[in-house]
Amino acid sequence: MIKGRVFKYGDNVDTDVIIPARYLNITDKAELAFHCMEDIDGDFVKMVKPGDIIAAGKNFGCGSSREHAPLVIKLSGINCIIAESFARIFFRNAINIGLPILECADAARDMENGDRVEADIKTGRITNITKGRTYQAESFPEFMQDIMKAEGLINYVRDRGKGL
Amino acid sequence: MGMTMTQKILAAHAGIEEVHPEQMIKARLDLVLGNDITTPAAIGEFNRIGANRVFDKSKVAIVPDHFAPNKDIKSAENCKQVREFSGKMGIENYFEIGQMGIEHALIPEKGLAVPGDVIIGADSHTCTYGALGAFSTGTGSTDMAVGMATGEAWFKVPGAIKFILKGKPGKWVSGKDIILHIIGMIGVDGALYQSMEYSGDGVGNLSMDDRFTIANMAVEAGAKNGIFEVDGKTLEYVSEHSERAPKVFKADADAKYNRVIEIDMGTIKPTVAFPHLPENTRSIDEVGDIRIDQVVIGSCTNGRLEDLRMAAKVLKGSKVSSSVRTIIIPATQKIYLEAMKEGLLEIFIEAGAAVSTPTCGPCLGGHMGVLAKGERAVATTNRNFVGRMGHPESEIYLASPAVAAASAIAGKISSPEEVIR
Repeated sequence: MIKGRVFKYGDNVDTDVIIPARYLNITDKAELAFHCMEDIDGDFVKMVKPGDIIAAGKNFGCGSSREHAPLVIKLSGINCIIAESFARIFFRNAINIGLPILECADAARDMENGDRVEADIKTGRITNITKGRTYQAESFPEFMQDIMKAEGLINYVRDRGKGL
Repeated sequence: MGMTMTQKILAAHAGIEEVHPEQMIKARLDLVLGNDITTPAAIGEFNRIGANRVFDKSKVAIVPDHFAPNKDIKSAENCKQVREFSGKMGIENYFEIGQMGIEHALIPEKGLAVPGDVIIGADSHTCTYGALGAFSTGTGSTDMAVGMATGEAWFKVPGAIKFILKGKPGKWVSGKDIILHIIGMIGVDGALYQSMEYSGDGVGNLSMDDRFTIANMAVEAGAKNGIFEVDGKTLEYVSEHSERAPKVFKADADAKYNRVIEIDMGTIKPTVAFPHLPENTRSIDEVGDIRIDQVVIGSCTNGRLEDLRMAAKVLKGSKVSSSVRTIIIPATQKIYLEAMKEGLLEIFIEAGAAVSTPTCGPCLGGHMGVLAKGERAVATTNRNFVGRMGHPESEIYLASPAVAAASAIAGKISSPEEVIR
């Protein structure tokens, strides 16, 4: 069960504001994570605490295929992203690296900065404790759930020992 | 149930008769691609799997093009890692400085993408090869790692939007204007999780370079891929560039589409996307007075020979405004050489533009044209997000090579009609 405080953003949050390309020459993960959300929310890295949640509007993570984007969000301590919808490359990258995401328009729209939220990745059940409301997110196909259970595609492939 | 072109290609590569939207499949890959930004992370994941060889040395392509030629020490280290990995794995399609070009212009030129292929690349604009009737899509570094190790990738089968292209683009209207027009119409998430499938009588009026540009920006509409029906022009291009046999797939007559959109290309005007989303489009007669500081002509979207010819047609005999830094970047060595032979480079340099070796550089604010606070650029690139080309308070206006060249002369966003003497 995921439980945390919400950082709320709008529609079309792109990978260039999540992790600007000027930092893509950095390979040290801690150094990279220091710039998470820098061009949309300069205070994010100062304010975020392990277990927190990002809520956003439509098309979260649009733009580049850089896996640095879900990676810095995961490294910053964010435990789950709940959005109205995700850009597809960000969607698969999040699943592939084991960053929990949920797609639920109503929950995402209602959330405000600082709300306390509980989410169950397995069932897709989301509770906004601050607002006293519950929601049901789209459920993921079994294969994606297996990847998430393994905490990422690499573990999934390694554990199977015979390809995808 | 009938299948779309994309669904048929995916079914064939998954070894099954039929697929339907939302179905999870594992598909065989014909090419796995990476660059200097995404490959270092993929190498780490590849090692974590415990793989010690790539699935097929001829089916992996690695192109250092983003921060190459190395822009700083960190980029040099990344390129070195990629180079050493390619050497160790015996990757046949590693392209070093001097051979390399911007990956999405280079891969078709080298004949590495043909109709019917399934291609993934750790770069979002991998969707470009849909122009050739291939299924190609951008993924992350983890997918690249697993693709290199196993030759497979997982996909959720997409539904599709069908675009029926009619008529002929008017003077100064190119593939860029058509795709900006479409993104303006459906929005940056208008094709989310779906294919954009192009067919219709008008396709024959589009050059291969136009089609590459249109397929390239499918991702800016949120699409999984953009794909063109294969015709004589496609097959001619493929036979000129590749020794591999094309496999032509055609959508079933009863294929289901989420949406069908007819576009009369004759009605589209030169189009500009305003900051900070590619969907913020206006036709050239609606732009108003926008002064600019820089023009970039190049990128995987518009750095091909026809793009350069179009820019040269506008710039010939003129000078760029003294207040506009104009940077022109042929996308590959071959295009560079052709542009030289045709005299295009001379026209650019005489006009006062800088001409550079191939690199993605300025498109993503890496090098070769980073913007300062408050500066504005007209670019033939693909994204105008906040901070994309430099300072978070700079602005990018996306346009065709013709509009970009005209704007360089006028010092403000302009139509070619306004500046041609």
